[in-house]
Amino acid sequence: MTGPAIATERLNVSFADNHVVKDLSLSVQPGESFGIVGESGSGKSTVLRVLAGLNRDWSGEVAILGKSQPRQRDKAFHRAVQMVFQDPYGSLHPKKTVDDALAEPLTIHGIGDAEARIGRAMADVGLPPSFRFRYPHQLSGGQRQRVAIARALVLEPSILLLDEPTSALDVSIQAEVLNLLTSLRRQRNLTYILVSHDLAVVAHMCERLLVMQFGRGVEEMTAQTLAARNPQTDYARQLLVASEGFKRAG
Amino acid sequence: MMHPTPPLSSAMTEQPLLELDNLRVNFHTPTGIVRAVRGLSFTLGRERLGIVGESGSGKSMTGRAILDLIPPPGEVLADRMVYRGQDLLTMDRRSRRKLRGRHISMVMQDPKFSLNPVQTVGSQIAEAYRVHHKASAREAKERSLGMLEAVQIREPARVYDLYPHEVSGGMGQRVMIAMMLIAEPDILIADEPTSALDVTVQLQVLKILDDLVTSRGMGLIFISHDLHLVQSFCDRVIVMYGGKAMETLPAAELADESARARRHPYTLGLLGCLPDLDHPKAKLATLERDPAWLA
Repeated sequence: MTGPAIATERLNVSFADNHVVKDLSLSVQPGESFGIVGESGSGKSTVLRVLAGLNRDWSGEVAILGKSQPRQRDKAFHRAVQMVFQDPYGSLHPKKTVDDALAEPLTIHGIGDAEARIGRAMADVGLPPSFRFRYPHQLSGGQRQRVAIARALVLEPSILLLDEPTSALDVSIQAEVLNLLTSLRRQRNLTYILVSHDLAVVAHMCERLLVMQFGRGVEEMTAQTLAARNPQTDYARQLLVASEGFKRAG
Repeated sequence: MMHPTPPLSSAMTEQPLLELDNLRVNFHTPTGIVRAVRGLSFTLGRERLGIVGESGSGKSMTGRAILDLIPPPGEVLADRMVYRGQDLLTMDRRSRRKLRGRHISMVMQDPKFSLNPVQTVGSQIAEAYRVHHKASAREAKERSLGMLEAVQIREPARVYDLYPHEVSGGMGQRVMIAMMLIAEPDILIADEPTSALDVTVQLQVLKILDDLVTSRGMGLIFISHDLHLVQSFCDRVIVMYGGKAMETLPAAELADESARARRHPYTLGLLGCLPDLDHPKAKLATLERDPAWLA
């Protein structure tokens, strides 16, 4: 395929009279990992929700895999684009087993061979087969996030939208989940958009990133620019300084 | 290293604020005893002491045990628990209650859940003052306004009459700090005080805490899961795992490459699994845990 996997042109989102995303244009190539960083209220999660089709009150242009997207997405779209949410404690149904969670997308899309696919998805994220009939409360936070990733992968999508996938996890578990996401992308040539407030995580996972503030894209840069502490805008610099920890004056 | 720390040097000469020896927190459950803290010892002077660890390491339970805030199925045991010469272990609950808030107080993680939603923030601060001091309502209000100013809230008179849902996260956390500090405690326990805040706001809140510790000579116990933050903010750090202290070290040594050989493997493991802007790596190290650490 030629052209970007994900592109938006002058994307705007308003809730009542609150204009949360303003004229946002971005473009992500197939196989690329693109980061969006910003503070709470910057609109970063809203952008992701629009791309995933979870928010229909937007204007502008959204094209995914070369196809301009309507507000109501079709089944083929959801098969190609999947999302992983921040809080694995909230995103899994407490009364459904891992097996139920992984079988549901297959049922919706009328895909057979569920047995083998579920087994494969679990193996891909490093969950032992014995976990298949467990409930979320019988799993640790890291294991739950693996289930959430397996649920997204079971449809074999080409794009994963990741909304703060590790911010609810301990650092040692974060490392495991990030390693998993890195190797999955390499194996399957996936395209990622990763939203995070943690600059180090974004620099680790992404080749390019966009800094957002008050609904606007402030600066787009490469991970190298970030690591070299060389952003052009004041806000991006400020964010970088703040992420380095506390400094006493004098 | 990079910061002068006058409170630390004076802490050496005077009586410690808090001495803790072999602290244990147990929960008796139907399936057995859960040992949340297993034999933690430290002394606190007029300094910033960090406690870091992952979830379940017992760091929050340590803070709660000091304040006598462990609910009944839990029990708190220690060989020694002394606040400025007063034995906390033999003290009755009423006296502990008097100490709490007045001499030792705690800032919780999330202002959204810690403030009373149906009371204005100002009246909550004033209430905290009147619980511990004989004062008229008017005097308490004046004090509260002064305190709001001390935590750098720009229009104290306006904010005083706001309800918790009307203030931002950063402002709510400042209100909490104002409420905890109005009684002028000697020890402040801050349990993840900035984890719910954006990075830029986080730094403002830390700055306020830091100024107050320095100017009032308070002892601060700073509980956090964020190694970078603790390293840059605290004087000393206790690294906890599974209810035990793996090691206690000067905060500056956490980042010190030349001190690596002296570090506990768990501390190194925690540092190693963080993505680092300056040292990009293809694969993050994962933590190997050794059961022998808990033996």
